[in-house]
Amino acid sequence: MHVLLAQNPGELQAGLTAVGRGIVYGGAAIGPGIGIGIVVGNAITAMARQPEAAGVARTTMFLGIAFTEALALFGFVLAFIISG
Amino acid sequence: MHVLALDFPPISHLIRWPTIFGSGVWAVNKVVLLEWLAVILVLWFFFAARKGALVPSGVQNLAEAVVDFIRNDIILQTVGSEGLYWTPFLLTLFAFIFVGNIFEVIPVIQMPVNARMALPFFMTAIVFIIYHYLGVRHQGLFGYFKSMLFPPGVPKALYILVSPIEFLTFFFTRPLSLAVRLFANMLAGHLLLATFAILTAALFTSTYIGAVIPGALLVALYGFEVLVSVLQAFIFTILTAVYIGGAMHPEH
Repeated sequence: MHVLLAQNPGELQAGLTAVGRGIVYGGAAIGPGIGIGIVVGNAITAMARQPEAAGVARTTMFLGIAFTEALALFGFVLAFIISG
Repeated sequence: MHVLALDFPPISHLIRWPTIFGSGVWAVNKVVLLEWLAVILVLWFFFAARKGALVPSGVQNLAEAVVDFIRNDIILQTVGSEGLYWTPFLLTLFAFIFVGNIFEVIPVIQMPVNARMALPFFMTAIVFIIYHYLGVRHQGLFGYFKSMLFPPGVPKALYILVSPIEFLTFFFTRPLSLAVRLFANMLAGHLLLATFAILTAALFTSTYIGAVIPGALLVALYGFEVLVSVLQAFIFTILTAVYIGGAMHPEH
């Protein structure tokens, strides 16, 4: 690490930035991934139990997905904002 | 100038397009031209639909279906009949966002206008002003802040925790997530399509057979992006309606 830093500081920084971007987006995608699974799973259960209320369940499901997904998208944008 | 997407633009032009004419704040590039096109298309859509024939046909048919959708599936489900006053606003918002998004998958255009932050940010600023204005008008300044910061049904001691979170939600998270959701979805879709298109082209020129799977995926992703375009316009509109509804009738 010290040798690399002495020889080529810019390259090391660029590499670490890329790693950081990957970690930021990957970390941000974990929670929303689980959350969207729960939202959609429960919406499907609701639609299967009460097909006549499928319209309401679908609208609410999209709302829930939108709220959950926002966190992943923050991570996506943050990964772009990080610069070396 | 690579304004038409007839060949691959340089990678730096995927989002940042060069100026075509004008300079400074009046610089016009491909994205600005597309925004004008979107405005013209939405205006044409509404004027063409104004005939008001008793038996609708053509564009009027489509327009009536869209109005019906905004009215029944968005406003009546979230705000109730008092929200019908906001039908024109939400209709314009939906149509404009949808036209801006669908440019992503139209051949030779291939650039979602909403993949630049300016437009989502501006629309979010309008929505932000509207829902705060409505909250103050319907509940009074004091009542609006009371219902915002001290939602009923929470144990007293928890207000130390709940009030700052609610404040951040209303003034920071809601507008930020509304703008970023639209922006990031369109940007991600655009990057995805560009990546797969470049991958397919590169594999096709080197090994013909290797391009089959990415090419098939590219076609599938085009279909997916059409869905995303509609869905993001719908989500932006319905969230606006939810915020307007929340400002008009507080929780009891």
